[in-house]
Amino acid sequence: MTPKRKQRLFIIVFGLLCGSGALGLVLYGLSENINFFYAPMEIADGKVPYNTYVRAGGLVVQGSVERADDSLQVRFKITDGAAEIPVVYDGILPDLFQEGQGIVAEGKWLENNLFNASTIIAKHDETYMPPEVADALKRAHKEGKANLESARY
Amino acid sequence: MSALYFPELGQYALTLALMFAFLQAVVPTIGVFRRDDVLQWYAKPLCVGQALATIAGFLILAICFVLDDFSVAYVANHSNSLLPWYYKVSAVWGGHEGSLLLWILMLTLWSLAVAFNAKSLPQDMLARVLAVMGMIGVGFFLFMLLTSNPFERVLPTIPKDGVDLNPLLQDFGLIIHPPMLYMGYVGFSVAFAFAIAALWSGRLDAAWAKWSRPWTNMAWACLTLGIALGSWWAYYELGWGGWWFWDPVENASLLPWLMGTALIHSLAVTEKRGIFKSWTLLLAIFAFSLSLLGTFLVRSGVLTSVHAFATDPERGVFILLLLGVFVGGALLLYALRVPEVSGQISFSGSSRESFLLLNNLLLVAATSTVLLGTLAPLLVDAMGAGKISVGPPYFNLMFVPLAIGLMLLMGIGAAARWKNTPWSSFNKKLWWTLLVTAVLGLVFPFLYGDGFNIWVSLGIWVSAWVFAATGVDVWDKTNRSSGRWQGWVSTSRSYKGMVLAHLGVAMTALGVTVVANYAVEKDIRLSPGQSVKVAEYRVDLVEVTAMRGANFVADQGHIRMYRDDHLVATLNPQKRKYLVQRNVMTEADIDVGLFKDLYVSLGEPLENGAWAVRVHIKPMVRWLWLGAIFMAWGGGLALMDARYRARKPKLLQAGLVTQVAQ
Repeated sequence: MTPKRKQRLFIIVFGLLCGSGALGLVLYGLSENINFFYAPMEIADGKVPYNTYVRAGGLVVQGSVERADDSLQVRFKITDGAAEIPVVYDGILPDLFQEGQGIVAEGKWLENNLFNASTIIAKHDETYMPPEVADALKRAHKEGKANLESARY
Repeated sequence: MSALYFPELGQYALTLALMFAFLQAVVPTIGVFRRDDVLQWYAKPLCVGQALATIAGFLILAICFVLDDFSVAYVANHSNSLLPWYYKVSAVWGGHEGSLLLWILMLTLWSLAVAFNAKSLPQDMLARVLAVMGMIGVGFFLFMLLTSNPFERVLPTIPKDGVDLNPLLQDFGLIIHPPMLYMGYVGFSVAFAFAIAALWSGRLDAAWAKWSRPWTNMAWACLTLGIALGSWWAYYELGWGGWWFWDPVENASLLPWLMGTALIHSLAVTEKRGIFKSWTLLLAIFAFSLSLLGTFLVRSGVLTSVHAFATDPERGVFILLLLGVFVGGALLLYALRVPEVSGQISFSGSSRESFLLLNNLLLVAATSTVLLGTLAPLLVDAMGAGKISVGPPYFNLMFVPLAIGLMLLMGIGAAARWKNTPWSSFNKKLWWTLLVTAVLGLVFPFLYGDGFNIWVSLGIWVSAWVFAATGVDVWDKTNRSSGRWQGWVSTSRSYKGMVLAHLGVAMTALGVTVVANYAVEKDIRLSPGQSVKVAEYRVDLVEVTAMRGANFVADQGHIRMYRDDHLVATLNPQKRKYLVQRNVMTEADIDVGLFKDLYVSLGEPLENGAWAVRVHIKPMVRWLWLGAIFMAWGGGLALMDARYRARKPKLLQAGLVTQVAQ
């Protein structure tokens, strides 16, 4: 090998090492900060690890919203038609949060079978359904468990 | 009611524009291959035709909105007779079809600007550039007319009234945010077209960098303002007091911005030193590709986003196709042509070239990490591995260290000279500055907050360092016998622009550091007459009254904030109910201050007249957007540099003429 080629080879190897190192770091960072989405059906089946930050989504069950009278705590249930999951949240709900509306809750599923949400996401636009929620409803429907004639798609 | 034929006229105008775009893509191309001056010359008039037809289409759509022509589906879905006229006009880009039309309008306006301002450009290059712009135009016109026609009618049963504009969009910020953002997004098409034209012609000298640099600066400045406006809008309008969510739609605008930032720096090296040519070309292709990707992400609705509106997946496929054709075609051309480019100009490890190269590497790394985080949910879903989302911690973890690195380099790079700058030749003050600002960073969290915080220290350090290093550099470069002010005036506009933009970065970083670490955010329950303490403020809810606006009714809170028993702010946040869409909307009220914002919004009504109230104390949040204004100002100033305004640089002209003659 000529010195020039040697130099090039060195640069390429060095570049590859740096690149793969960086990629490894990024993937590690990514894997530590990914939140999985679960449908109420999966949560009810016990597929969700306890105390892990995840996302859950579904339609807010009609008549399930209850507020505490001395704090901002609110409890409600979300459903995909196959199962209902109780959610507790402390704070101000987004404007488009309504019974029957599709929402996504971010938080942890606790051992006492309660979803403790730290963020509730509802959408800008009422005709919009979060894609995960739409997908969860579809899956529940496919398994023949859904009973959601009143749901607003 | 508008004249019955108006929408058809608009449809006609847009179809005509498509024809013009098609001819603009084809005729100059044939002209270039046949070396036919006349056919090349046609690029300009065709471009004018396309622009006029598009402007006509756009105006007609606006007229349909103003005249409440609800026989047009798009108008019926995004407007209402009660809407004030200015929101009727801005509703033109309030939905998918109209924002696409705005996108195309921007494209034709950029083409027009290039056609009329690139006088130093030889005709065959202009023909190539405009042909490429025409091709992009054809793609997007087809997309609009085939999948998202803004003039589609609802016949024969014309709705009596429209379903109204989404209340979130009924806001001043949303009147100006999309046009500015799109101007930036689409502006990178010019850099792209120049890069393609350069590859096509094989004339990959420094001249193309000089031609495309002012355009790229302009697009970058617009995009900077557009992103800042979006962040400002989200802050006061969404009612959460957040200014950046690492949301896919926000990332979609940040990605081309980061790549564009790399591009404007790389273009500087290519123009001044004639190196990094192939790299710069690649960046130009990527910057526009990311603009297209952003359009795809926003318009296809494939990602869950706080900004997502109802969307149609069929359209996503079309944009993906466009993305594939343009990016794939560009990269293919690049692969075929670039081996011919070579530059053997040496520079040392500590030269401005090296620092700019590092700047580019860090910016590209930042772009890649943000891109990966944004697309990961799509990739994982496509592999059938479940639905995931990537949270802000990932982006902060990746982005913040890279930003810190960038800012550390910024101070040194700006002071370095081209070719070679021995470490010993840097001003000694610079190293002292680095040290002093580091001490300042270490001390700051103790003075301002209540204990050490590494991220605050780092943020303050790099912000102060960029301020100070830029100051030192200005001090060095304005040392004239006629006085410092004269010295400053006599620096080039490019230099002034760089100084302003770098100061802007420091301001934004300072704002981010302080507000991200020291904001107080409390959601509280308040009854009228009750008061609650939030940080050093006492918050009193005096009463909640009912009021009525043009197309909404509202509950208005009357809130007083006291500090040490002195009234500091009276705030009147509203909870609005829009009458047509029955939407509830939060209108925050903010006591704006250069060093502190007091932010109050109403949550929902609770029992016994109590309300959920959100109280935020946001120190230095204004610096975020102030910094962006400085960056954009710097970009604007740089493009007005004297050397870009020289109409016909004689040497260049002569050189190119001989080249053409051969």
